[in-house]
Amino acid sequence: MTRIRQNERNLVRDIAHARAGDKGNTSNVNVWVYDPADFALLKRNLTVERIKREFPQLMRGRVTRYEVAHLHGLNFVMHDALEGGVNASLNLDSHGKSWSYLILSLKLES
Amino acid sequence: MAVGHRIFRIGTGAGFAADRLDPAVDLARRGKLDVMVLECLGERTVAFAHRDRLADPRRGYNQLLDRRMRALLSACRASGTTIITNMGAANPRAAVERTREIARELGIANLKIACIEGDDVGGLLHADQPFMDEPGTIAAIEHKIVGMNAYLGADAIIPALDAGADIVIGGRLADPSMYLAPLMRHFGWRNTDWAALAAGTLVGHLMECGMQITGGYFADPGVKDVPDLAHCGYPIAEVSQDGSAVITKLSGTGGCVTEATVKEQLLYEVHDPAKYLTPDVTADFSHVEIENHGDNRVRVSNAAGWARPKHLKVTVGFDAGVLAEAGVSYAGTSAVARGRLAAEIVESRLKTTHGLKSDIRIDLIGASSLFATAGKVTPNNEDVRLHVATRTASREEAELLLWEVEALLCCGPAGGGGYRGVITPAIMTKSVLIDRAMVHPRFEMFET
Repeated sequence: MTRIRQNERNLVRDIAHARAGDKGNTSNVNVWVYDPADFALLKRNLTVERIKREFPQLMRGRVTRYEVAHLHGLNFVMHDALEGGVNASLNLDSHGKSWSYLILSLKLES
Repeated sequence: MAVGHRIFRIGTGAGFAADRLDPAVDLARRGKLDVMVLECLGERTVAFAHRDRLADPRRGYNQLLDRRMRALLSACRASGTTIITNMGAANPRAAVERTREIARELGIANLKIACIEGDDVGGLLHADQPFMDEPGTIAAIEHKIVGMNAYLGADAIIPALDAGADIVIGGRLADPSMYLAPLMRHFGWRNTDWAALAAGTLVGHLMECGMQITGGYFADPGVKDVPDLAHCGYPIAEVSQDGSAVITKLSGTGGCVTEATVKEQLLYEVHDPAKYLTPDVTADFSHVEIENHGDNRVRVSNAAGWARPKHLKVTVGFDAGVLAEAGVSYAGTSAVARGRLAAEIVESRLKTTHGLKSDIRIDLIGASSLFATAGKVTPNNEDVRLHVATRTASREEAELLLWEVEALLCCGPAGGGGYRGVITPAIMTKSVLIDRAMVHPRFEMFET
């Protein structure tokens, strides 16, 4: 995998990869750093508060962050975050498959 | 039966209803598999299949069953590979009958095909049954129920394997259970060996989405490049007695198996990593080890497990009418402004002129669509598409939506083109729990 140079790292995507899945109206996005040295940076940037603050209209329910420290990953479980989910949403992506890129597109702030 | 200690080779030949077939044929021919699993049911697929069955009692199973069986039966017979699948969906018996006809046409004699039933729990649940993960009861839903199916575990599959089935066809067999059942049988794991059952469930969980662990649903050019995705290989798990496994794929196929592809799948559709519930076990993936074990070979181990849940999950499907979608495109300078004007016109026509009651959503693809509610807008795109959608029980409303969007061609902003409109059936599903004692899985063997 191509590594992004230190001075070109602006987005979460530059240090981590992610996958989104859905169960009903609940979305989960797992996020993994490429380099274990960046795990602390990821944890600082991707807090539950940040996720809720960035997408207030979308994140209508509880957000939980699980940590899988030995594999350097986080798992976000976002309740009521799929506009009704595949049963009801009129979003073209009613599964929220693209939600992984909502998170990967966030800027690294600290 | 004798307990085997040799490595057990289990592969995936489909990870969802519409998955590719040609790489499955390659895997059946070259994979030297003990078992190939064809996982073809999503949460909502069974409900759609119930609709098919209501319309025609000979239908209600996976629409690609004919093509898959025709392409795979001979190769699996030649390699001694058992097929386990939930392609039976809402009508396993019809799927078995069709498979038997195909086997006969192919000249495959003495093929034993097991039909697993008992997942259809229609009539067993009360209307006041509360939902599993949200407020409300079945009775509160105004739509008509089309079917309800309990997730069956490995214990529903093992008796059919014990009876010598070459093909096992069921309906709502839980995805990981189709992998766990043959592993339990091969290694002699008891149904209270929670750690072993969790290890086998981990294998099933990683494998059940097919290429999602061999490079599919993963590529991101520049940071996560995947070779030859057009010819991606399906996964193989080489499982050991202790439940640890090496995930790999056939040589010469595209895709890749890396620690990163395995990590992404480890928590795919998982909430608490320490509490993954299946009909067979409460699995704990929070201490799973993932390590490179050679080229396109990744070893997984260290799943933990606890007692299985007392209840089984049931998916209840409701007929939710139709989804109507229609679109028109705008390009060039001022495309976004013209697209937005079109959106205003359509909304006014549908809501005010016609009094449409159902909710409508209007997106401008290219400017703001998937991430519209998340607040993301790209205002200067010169190639955008108006997309209008509604869910409605009324066919008339659905047709009206398509008509008004098409009418934009002459009555809307300048330069609109490329109208398309489509009306598709809509299903709604809810989850409830059922006492295990009320569910009675059973199998029947058919032969060619």
